[in-house]
Amino acid sequence: MRLDDRPQRILLPVNVGFMVLSLALALLFNLLPWRDVSGLPDMAALVLTFWCVHQPRKMGIGAAWMLGLIMDAANGALLGQHAFAYSVLAFAALGLHRRILWFSPWRQAAHVLPLLLGCQVLMLGVRTIAGGVFPGLPYFAGSMIGAALWPTATFLLLQPQRRPESVDENRPI
Amino acid sequence: MDYQPPPFFSRGPAPLVRLGFFISLAFLLMVLDARFRYAESIRQTVALLAYPMQWAVLAPIELVSASADFFTTQVALKRDNDMLKSKRLQDAKDLLTLEALRAENAQLRRLLEARERLPRNSTLAEILYAGRDPFSRKIVIDKGRQQDIQEGQAVIDDVGVIGQVTRVYPLLAEVTLITDKEQRIPVEIVRNGLRAIIYGGGAAGTLDLSYTAANADVQADDLLVTSGIDGTYPPGLPVARVSRIERDAAYAFAKITCVPTSGTEQNKQVLVLSLEANLPPPPVEAETAAKSAKQKRPRKRE
Repeated sequence: MRLDDRPQRILLPVNVGFMVLSLALALLFNLLPWRDVSGLPDMAALVLTFWCVHQPRKMGIGAAWMLGLIMDAANGALLGQHAFAYSVLAFAALGLHRRILWFSPWRQAAHVLPLLLGCQVLMLGVRTIAGGVFPGLPYFAGSMIGAALWPTATFLLLQPQRRPESVDENRPI
Repeated sequence: MDYQPPPFFSRGPAPLVRLGFFISLAFLLMVLDARFRYAESIRQTVALLAYPMQWAVLAPIELVSASADFFTTQVALKRDNDMLKSKRLQDAKDLLTLEALRAENAQLRRLLEARERLPRNSTLAEILYAGRDPFSRKIVIDKGRQQDIQEGQAVIDDVGVIGQVTRVYPLLAEVTLITDKEQRIPVEIVRNGLRAIIYGGGAAGTLDLSYTAANADVQADDLLVTSGIDGTYPPGLPVARVSRIERDAAYAFAKITCVPTSGTEQNKQVLVLSLEANLPPPPVEAETAAKSAKQKRPRKRE
């Protein structure tokens, strides 16, 4: 079902526990005590996008909203700012999930970049209205790095779903 | 009887409907938080849920830094010790006269029937991390409500004012730096006693002495200290130094840029000063009294 004709693996069904664990780890990454947060990729947004694209029936806008609320409370940001941006991000990712998976990981990253950038622009807009200051252009570098991490994230997060490799000459897949 | 299709492919409400619902919920929270500050209890509850995660992140890092401290070299300790000894000798002269000056000051104040300034309690705190919100300038310290930290307390380091406690969690507190755009401090110029209010400059890490008349007596390199008028900051703490003055005849006010004297990048320890307890309540202005009366009237009609 992809544009390139490389061999494809059939994936095992996803473990919901692993989805929750990966989101929690991404949240932990965001909560690390960074000295300077400009240009830091938003891992929670990236993993959220990943599961919205790969498991649209198990990941939804409600979960994204809750994740955003935790980010807001832990960050001391305006309450609802991440919740709003993540809801829109999840909606966009759910809408694009059929298209994105047709492409190779790097081309998928090109689809993910505007999603992450849009998420940041939404937060910037909300904070500008609420009286915040513009944090400078390095702020948007976070999205670029996040999108660049997409192939790695795909490799790592699909690992539990891959079948153990047993070569069988007689089996077509 | 209305016909219901069998729920084979039922996936709940349409995505757009869900999005609308959650966006309105988020906007409701944002308005409550930004305009009315009603959302604090929600924030505290969610923050309590996030606290174990924060602890899980911070604990190993603190352990590593604590063990690194343990293995500080003897050379470094010796050097610090020598430096502190010489510094103490230098300060001794001032300290000896300080007691006498303090007594004299108290007596003079009593003579002037001025309210005697009580020595404030202070809590030593450590900076845990810089705030993760890129839109504001905040830091998080390791003391919270359990250590009697309150909102509004001033935070200083050894060279001047750092900021003000703006949000208190059970074990942590959030300090808004003086360079934050929303932060204002009443200051006076040491050289001539001119009073003004200093505004945070935002992302640039500077401060602005806004609304100062274009012909005001301000010079470059003037030291600004807290005036103590608001009762939050004790008087005489260094805040900033004037770095650039632009006087333009087209504007009524001069544009004065200042750089803060203290820097949170330099040291980890800060001092949280307690609020003055015996401050008289601020007088109710006629305008606000009229406004509150106006607001009350329609309620009575109901």
